[in-house]
Amino acid sequence: MDLFEYQGKQFFATYGMPISPGEVAFTVDEAVGAAERIGTPVMVKAQVHTGGRGKAGGVKFAATVDDVREHAGNILGLDIRGHIVKRVWIEKASDIAEEYYASFTLDRSAKKHLGMLSAEGGVEIEAVAEQNPDAIAKIWVDPVDGLTEEAARAWVEAANLNPDATEGAIDILVKLYRAYVEGDADLCEINPLIFTPDKRVHVLDAKVTLDGNSEFRHNDYAQFDETQPRDERESAAHEKGLQYVGLEGSVGVIANGAGLAMSTVDVVNQVGGAAANFLDIGGGANADVMAGALEVINNDPDVKAIFINIFGGITRGEEVANGIVEAMDRVQIEAPIVIRLDGTNADEGRAILQPHLSNALQMEDTMLDAARRAVELAS
Amino acid sequence: MSIFVDENTKVVYQGLTGSQGRYYGMLNREYGTQVVAGTNPKKAGSDVDGIPIYASVADAVAETGATASCIFIPAPGVRGAIMEAAEGGVEFIVAITEGVPAHDEAWFFNKLRRDFPNVQLLGPNCPGIISPGKCNIGITAGHIAKSGGPVGIVSRSGTLTYQALYELKQKDIGVTTCVGIGGDPVPGTSFIDCLRAFEADPETKAVMMIGEIGGSAEEEAAEFIKHHMSKPVSSYIAGVTAPPGKKMGHAGAIVSGGKGTAQAKMDALGDAGVKVGLNPTEAGDLMAEIVASL
Repeated sequence: MDLFEYQGKQFFATYGMPISPGEVAFTVDEAVGAAERIGTPVMVKAQVHTGGRGKAGGVKFAATVDDVREHAGNILGLDIRGHIVKRVWIEKASDIAEEYYASFTLDRSAKKHLGMLSAEGGVEIEAVAEQNPDAIAKIWVDPVDGLTEEAARAWVEAANLNPDATEGAIDILVKLYRAYVEGDADLCEINPLIFTPDKRVHVLDAKVTLDGNSEFRHNDYAQFDETQPRDERESAAHEKGLQYVGLEGSVGVIANGAGLAMSTVDVVNQVGGAAANFLDIGGGANADVMAGALEVINNDPDVKAIFINIFGGITRGEEVANGIVEAMDRVQIEAPIVIRLDGTNADEGRAILQPHLSNALQMEDTMLDAARRAVELAS
Repeated sequence: MSIFVDENTKVVYQGLTGSQGRYYGMLNREYGTQVVAGTNPKKAGSDVDGIPIYASVADAVAETGATASCIFIPAPGVRGAIMEAAEGGVEFIVAITEGVPAHDEAWFFNKLRRDFPNVQLLGPNCPGIISPGKCNIGITAGHIAKSGGPVGIVSRSGTLTYQALYELKQKDIGVTTCVGIGGDPVPGTSFIDCLRAFEADPETKAVMMIGEIGGSAEEEAAEFIKHHMSKPVSSYIAGVTAPPGKKMGHAGAIVSGGKGTAQAKMDALGDAGVKVGLNPTEAGDLMAEIVASL
């Protein structure tokens, strides 16, 4: 789950990290009201789940309340990389002497937490990482030990920040690690972490991704789930508890298991077609789940053919076949369906499907043949 | 021979009294796995279809000589269950449960490595391990696998693991052991752990490896194969057409910034001499060619 900047900052603030006073606003009037309460000058910042906001005109300095009115008017409704801005964050403007970068994430290869800190923060951090990797000081933290202040000090010294920023940086990094671990975050990033002319270290941006698997111990995370960007198709699937990702093609894909679903999308592509989606219905394939999946796919006007790819493991072929037959009775399907059913009791399952076969419901023996057939029907 | 488990492996099921644990525990026993015990502190002294329930893994080990555990505990309890198994004295832990927080996984991976270096954890979020004809721990349907050899399978994806077993069975090719390592961010057992064990196993003559997009585990495996493996390997990587930055399902499959793409993984494996198929069927065909030439 990705947090908006302001949610990330509020999350950081609960761990005692210094953030600027600010308010979220959904309308121009709310933005103006917020600026009046906070006191100008302020920053008007688009809240979207994507980077590149500044370059897209989504982050503006406002010296006066009139400026706030103008910028908020321009930014609300702006399309930033396909994300429409629906809310802005109004924040007290900061004086900046230096811009740093700080983050924690999991290093899957080292199987430890990786902290990165650089004196060269700001918008070009990715270029810094590529062209001058030595400018980023790294620390690998064993989750069993955690981050000690001593280790944080050595790390900060290795990053060559302004010496006057050392104590403030250590304080923030220790808190950032706590937020990252206790908050079950996949990523906690501050870019820029600023050093002010009056020698304070301060959080100026926040990028936080939380681990959805940890919701059982964070009751408040449901609020973030509601603000995740999803297209209509994805929202419908999410409500049904289906793993769905919308794609651009014309072949609707339903498969059991994430790997097989990914593989199905690949195979459709290999035979010259393009998948309209990735949809994993999980291990079982009963009528309810299948009907839900077909409903989601059915609502996508781009879908011209549907490829159902099921491999029966513990779930037997006849259960899968019965589920498909029942689901087809319940949902009025627009596009023709091609089924490939394999694995446990596949013959029994195919026998059940046999009397139902028609132009609207076809069956192929192998994944490749079924993909070819579906692509043919879609074109 | 098989890796990690064999016909002598005695398994205690943590969560045997729950619906999932009971269902798969019984299937595993039917397959021939030595299912010797279950645990549940509230139901110690009772039994599940004749299998005794103990208060803890330590009790089960003391009473039955269990050497492995299989975990069907819901995600919030997995961290505790894994530590209980390690402290209880088993050497091999299979955690089937999905939805375990990544921070828990990172924690118990390092904790085990430090305090219980002889314990091998498989999973979480994996289908388990099967040595056809000998032992099946987890949720793999036993009859889709042909016993014997000469192929070992290691896979990051559940259904594609079954697909691989099935492709080989259709071609009448046997499997020494099939290990589903799971697609989570910090798997207890890695591709390399399995490749090393297969390389050392005299009955395994070739290895089939199923990967997917995200992370760098396949690239690391390729590096290992290049320098440390004499046995031929065939491979398939799922997610060639996955759009960057999108998470496909609950597996740890996420591509970001050109790293961890299927193409990068296939290139690395190809460089290491691995025969890479473009789909599971092709990978099975390639393995059949390898087996025919052994």
